[in-house]
Amino acid sequence: MHWVKQIYNWLELRLQLQGPVEDAALHPVPRNTASWWYVFGSAAFTLLLLQIATGILLAIVYVPSAANAWNSLNWLNHDLPLGWFLRAMHGWGSNFMVAVVLVHMAQVFLFGAYKFPRELTWIVGVFLLLMTLGMAFTGEVMRFDQDAYWGLGIGVSIVGRVPLIGGPLVDLMMGGPMIGGATLSRFFDLHVFVIPGTLLVLVAVHVWMVLKLGINDWPMPGRPVRRSTYLAEYHKLSHEHGLPFIPGAFWKDLIFSGAVLAAVAVCALVFGPYGPNGQPDPTIIQTNPKPDFFFLWIYAILAYLPPVLETPFILIVPILGIAVLLALPFYAGEGEKSWHRRPVAVLVLVTVAVSFGVFTHLGTFTPWSPIMDAWSSDPVPSKFLQDRTPLERQGAIVFQAKQCRNCHSLDKVGGLRGPALDDVATRLTEDQLFRQVLQGGGNMPAYGKNLSPSETTALVRFLTTLHAPGQQRATDASGAAAAQLTPPAPEPAKQ
Amino acid sequence: MTQTPDPPPATSEHQNIDDPRAVSRRWMLLKIGVLINAAVAVAVATPVVRYLLGPIKRKGAYHSWITLGPIDQFPAGETRLATFGNPFNQPWDGETANTPCWVRRIDATNFQVFAINCAHLGCPVRWFPQSGLFMCPCHGGVYYSDGSRASGPPERGLFEYKYKVAGNQLQIFAGQTPTLSNEASNGLRVLNNYKGSGPCTG
Repeated sequence: MHWVKQIYNWLELRLQLQGPVEDAALHPVPRNTASWWYVFGSAAFTLLLLQIATGILLAIVYVPSAANAWNSLNWLNHDLPLGWFLRAMHGWGSNFMVAVVLVHMAQVFLFGAYKFPRELTWIVGVFLLLMTLGMAFTGEVMRFDQDAYWGLGIGVSIVGRVPLIGGPLVDLMMGGPMIGGATLSRFFDLHVFVIPGTLLVLVAVHVWMVLKLGINDWPMPGRPVRRSTYLAEYHKLSHEHGLPFIPGAFWKDLIFSGAVLAAVAVCALVFGPYGPNGQPDPTIIQTNPKPDFFFLWIYAILAYLPPVLETPFILIVPILGIAVLLALPFYAGEGEKSWHRRPVAVLVLVTVAVSFGVFTHLGTFTPWSPIMDAWSSDPVPSKFLQDRTPLERQGAIVFQAKQCRNCHSLDKVGGLRGPALDDVATRLTEDQLFRQVLQGGGNMPAYGKNLSPSETTALVRFLTTLHAPGQQRATDASGAAAAQLTPPAPEPAKQ
Repeated sequence: MTQTPDPPPATSEHQNIDDPRAVSRRWMLLKIGVLINAAVAVAVATPVVRYLLGPIKRKGAYHSWITLGPIDQFPAGETRLATFGNPFNQPWDGETANTPCWVRRIDATNFQVFAINCAHLGCPVRWFPQSGLFMCPCHGGVYYSDGSRASGPPERGLFEYKYKVAGNQLQIFAGQTPTLSNEASNGLRVLNNYKGSGPCTG
């Protein structure tokens, strides 16, 4: 093995890398940072490397042209050996990267790692998060299918809400007057050159600072950060009671990164690549555009905002959110790091995590959207038709034919946009049903113009039968009181 | 100038980095170097900004009259999907060079042509003739047959294109994806549609 040593010496004499590498590898870190909680940053970096490797391999085949991108993706999926697997690795790698970056951020927030002297590390990290999300969105566009096309349309609509310069910004985003070849080309440029380049530079700065400033020490209640004393305290923790980064802490990073890569591969093998779904032909409008999971929460919030709040919310809240993240280390640069002494921080983290989870969950089944084919594909359950008069059954037909089912469910089948109508007769009287159907209101369109009087009567009669067997129908209380005051008519005519 | 004689050894011994004359001369040359590079960079980069902003055109520059087809395709009293090719298309646009729109023929001479994009976030709205409603699959925006807002998150009715009948052909004034900052026909607000949101306008 003499010649190996010779080659090494020849290279080292010229490169002179051994010193810096040893410094980085063997720098002492506080003993209790060799923890499984500290493995997410390196895992995110590993996933970035995976994305670069798989991305380069995909770019050998992918055609970034609106006319051919979709075909080249299908060629990758179906014709090239293991093309599907590389697409799946890249897609699942992206999911894992967003998730791991978010977990990493939550962990460093919870551990107070953004405090002195690591403020800039946090700030660069915030931009790394934005870059990661930027990669996720532009990556979704690369999968140039129906979802990508209409997802771009949603982006265009949001940008179009910017006051004054909205119009020019939309042109700039699309590269022309409409979504087309120029749009895909510029998103390809962003996804493959601009954002990854920035990402790599920022990662280098981020890691450089971690090496120079040392990894954040394990937070201990009652050991607050003070600018005047922290550096000396940290030096003591790392140099007197610490251990070298390699192998002391690094073996956990290695094992976790390997496990994450294996998990990506298993997901890729089991679940396969993402799409592409329908071809990006805008004239095929039978589509149900939906973003990938990391943007579902935004998609859900956009459904629930009142119209007047929408534009200010979309344009201001993201900027405020980023500003808060950037300002955090300046506002709370000193003080307690331990979560035992930071109840507000813990509460904020839990609130954000729960909100994210709830909105993502809502975004997966979109209760606000009409189910476009419920009226023609979901029959009225027979229990709502048995022992009904012909008029009431006619009403059930009107109910289906006029697409009421797209927004209103019966027996848990149908749209969730409006209330379920299984027991609507217990909530609304016949008169109120007429009014609601004809005039709409409360987020329901008015059907006055599109129902004939006979259709309306049949529909309302059907609706008045919708209640559980034992339940009382809603009645007009004033009518009942009036009936008590006046003597009963001889024999009211029955319909 | 180019033949600066070597300074005598006696002075060179005393000349070190602290010498104010030497420092100022080298620093001045460095500053000139920086200035030259900055000037070249500005001169080269400024036109590149124009290149980057190339797609931005003044309002209406992308618009033109586009033929949707003979008016016989659109029976009176019905609303049908039509497709037009983008005037500014490129061979590499593929299928995206086409854009759909909804044509409502009210009677023999009157039409309404709606953009396919929901006024909320641009998803494609679908027409349901049975209930006379446009419904959006994304966030549940609903519009009446005349394009006015019925319910859901949109803050206005559907975007409407200007139209004209030339000979036997239905033409619309279009060319740009409609957004809230570019309302379909060259920023022209369609009055019968813009305010209408109450149930009585349906």
